[in-house]
Amino acid sequence: MAEDTTNLVTINIDGKDYQVAAKQNLVDAAQSVGIEIPHYCYHPKLPMAGSCRMCLVEIGMPMRDRATGEPVIDEATGKQKIGWMPKPAIACGTSVSPGLHVKLNSKMTVSSREGVTEFLLANHPLDCPICDQAGECTLQEFSSQYGKGVSRYRDAKNVKPKHKSLGPQVMYDGERCIRCTRCVRFCRDILGRAVLGVTQRGSHSEIDCYPGTQLDGNYTLNVVDVCPVGAMTSKDFRFKMRVWFLKKSKSICTESSVGVNTTVWSREGKIYRITPRENDAVNVAWMSDSGRMLYKTVEAETRLTGFRRGESEVTFDEAADAALALLKNGASAFVASGKMSVEEQFVLKSLAAAVGGNVYLAKTLGENDGMLISEDRTPNRRGALVTGLVKDFDGAEVSALAAKIDADEVKTVFVCGEDLSSLGLTEEQLKKVEIVYLGTQKNATSEEASVVLPSSTVFEKAGTFINQEFRLQKFEAAIPGIKGTESDLTILSTLAARASSSVATDVSVASVWEKLRAACPVLANIDYAKIPDTGTLLDASPWANIAFPETGSLKWKPAK
Amino acid sequence: MATQNIKVITRKPLRWWEKLYLPQVLAGMKITLGIMLRKPVTLKYPFERPVIPKGYRGVPTLVKDQNGREKCVSCQLCEFVCPPKAIRITPGEIDPESGNAHIEKAPAKFEINMLRCIYCGMCQEVCPEAAIVLQGEYSLNGYSRAGMINDKKRLYELGGTIPDPVRKWDKKKRA
Repeated sequence: MAEDTTNLVTINIDGKDYQVAAKQNLVDAAQSVGIEIPHYCYHPKLPMAGSCRMCLVEIGMPMRDRATGEPVIDEATGKQKIGWMPKPAIACGTSVSPGLHVKLNSKMTVSSREGVTEFLLANHPLDCPICDQAGECTLQEFSSQYGKGVSRYRDAKNVKPKHKSLGPQVMYDGERCIRCTRCVRFCRDILGRAVLGVTQRGSHSEIDCYPGTQLDGNYTLNVVDVCPVGAMTSKDFRFKMRVWFLKKSKSICTESSVGVNTTVWSREGKIYRITPRENDAVNVAWMSDSGRMLYKTVEAETRLTGFRRGESEVTFDEAADAALALLKNGASAFVASGKMSVEEQFVLKSLAAAVGGNVYLAKTLGENDGMLISEDRTPNRRGALVTGLVKDFDGAEVSALAAKIDADEVKTVFVCGEDLSSLGLTEEQLKKVEIVYLGTQKNATSEEASVVLPSSTVFEKAGTFINQEFRLQKFEAAIPGIKGTESDLTILSTLAARASSSVATDVSVASVWEKLRAACPVLANIDYAKIPDTGTLLDASPWANIAFPETGSLKWKPAK
Repeated sequence: MATQNIKVITRKPLRWWEKLYLPQVLAGMKITLGIMLRKPVTLKYPFERPVIPKGYRGVPTLVKDQNGREKCVSCQLCEFVCPPKAIRITPGEIDPESGNAHIEKAPAKFEINMLRCIYCGMCQEVCPEAAIVLQGEYSLNGYSRAGMINDKKRLYELGGTIPDPVRKWDKKKRA
């Protein structure tokens, strides 16, 4: 936006001129030049409410003579006089206009903030030691930055419900709530279901569900994210870990081909929660509850650890040799997955080329929820097209593999993280072939497998996914891989290298990208290290005539 | 050059009583016997223990209040502030049946690694609930490394009870 000089206006904050984009409010405008105006109820992705009054600032406009419209010039300075308003105005409700003057540190502004903070803290329980929001609580931050530091309140504080369950995922604390109504607006305007509302009056008001309803659905935990204080807490993350211990890693949600941008919060190799990361082109600032629970796959009971050949545990080397021996038997087939990253799909392609055999691409479809879960329940099926792993989807249907197994044309199947029985293959067909299974979770296919190669979840590796709009998005490793597993890239590139009797070199994402750029025309101009956090759109025209299952999500509609 | 300043002194020969050594032995015995009769300045540790002054920074412990309620609410500030990272807390929710459900949060696990602890007392200083206190215990030993990690049960055994003068949570419960 900053490059668009035609829509810039000059505003003056504390005596200094700034160029900001027009048609935005003062909070966002100040944010864009790195100045913070404290606010609670305003959220950039929600409609404005103007109820908290924390963003009160002193504003003024250049004066003009009422009768003539001529600028009024100050004799002393020779500049146009500024007409300061007698009372402060809320910055979130003030649009920037040319010549707008703002005082962020004047006596009036400072005393307004102090007054608002004092009122908010009058009935606030100050139970920061047991509050999950402590450390990322704006009330905590602004009270220390802009508050008076002492309380003059001598009466007993209001007593309200401390742990009221609003729904299956969300717990509400009435005493911490500052009635900013961000949660109310989120439900009403983003979800389109006005479940939450404010009940009671004055200092007794609190948030509640309408009678007979509860805060359910798959997007309820977003109210925990928008809550500026610790009033809304996630039942899953509640009392698990203080946020200041957690390391943030940028990741991509693997729930569907929408490719929701996420932040993974971990401490010492254990993930505690996943929250959405802002990306206006993909998920704005929201994500599904089910996507937030995916971190549980890391320590799931079904997680595969330890390389296995038949019934015996073996080393990675032995397992790789056993897998190669089976694959080189002749008549192999590969079942790729949209859960694999672009790099893994590319290395699988070279493995398939070295060993010989058809590549099939698993299809996992579900219902579109109209928000951030699309029909395709894998994050990266488009990657298989871009890397050239498959030519199109129809020719790579797994049903074709079933027919080949029946005709005894396939002896060994290399399966990447998919369950063949849920893809339509019968138990007899599974028993008929030797299976090499590369994946993270146990399933019917891994139970039948002759060789099991346990690999990493998305949280333990880095790479890229290509989402439904051909947006290439990068994810980084949040935690190190657990014992008894290897990263998919290491396993695949070791197999590919040994198949052609060389040493594995493509074990890092960066080294694979060198080859990817040479091999894939649409990736030729992309530097892996410089892919922005919000992703980069690829040229989708080579695949324009492929029928994709997606019918659109929150921010994207397929071109008709 | 330096040798020019050296002055050689001839040692005087010992006299006859000096050759006996007895006067020196007697003088030594006089000192020894004198001290034997004085009040001893040392303690017969470990049979005798010193008096620990108030404010002594011994082993960090967890304490309960006069109602037997564990004071710690597992805010993890001590874990955060601990310079040698000796403290490890796993927070948990209080059982609603326990009568302290209004406090909501208490440690499920609380470990202090005494091999790491440097007795700086910052955990006590930072604690908003006055739940972790460095008390008089100073003698620390164990047969294994694992034995030097004090778990929650041991920490409460060491800590005992320190009454809470404010009784904030009792007031909260009545309200």
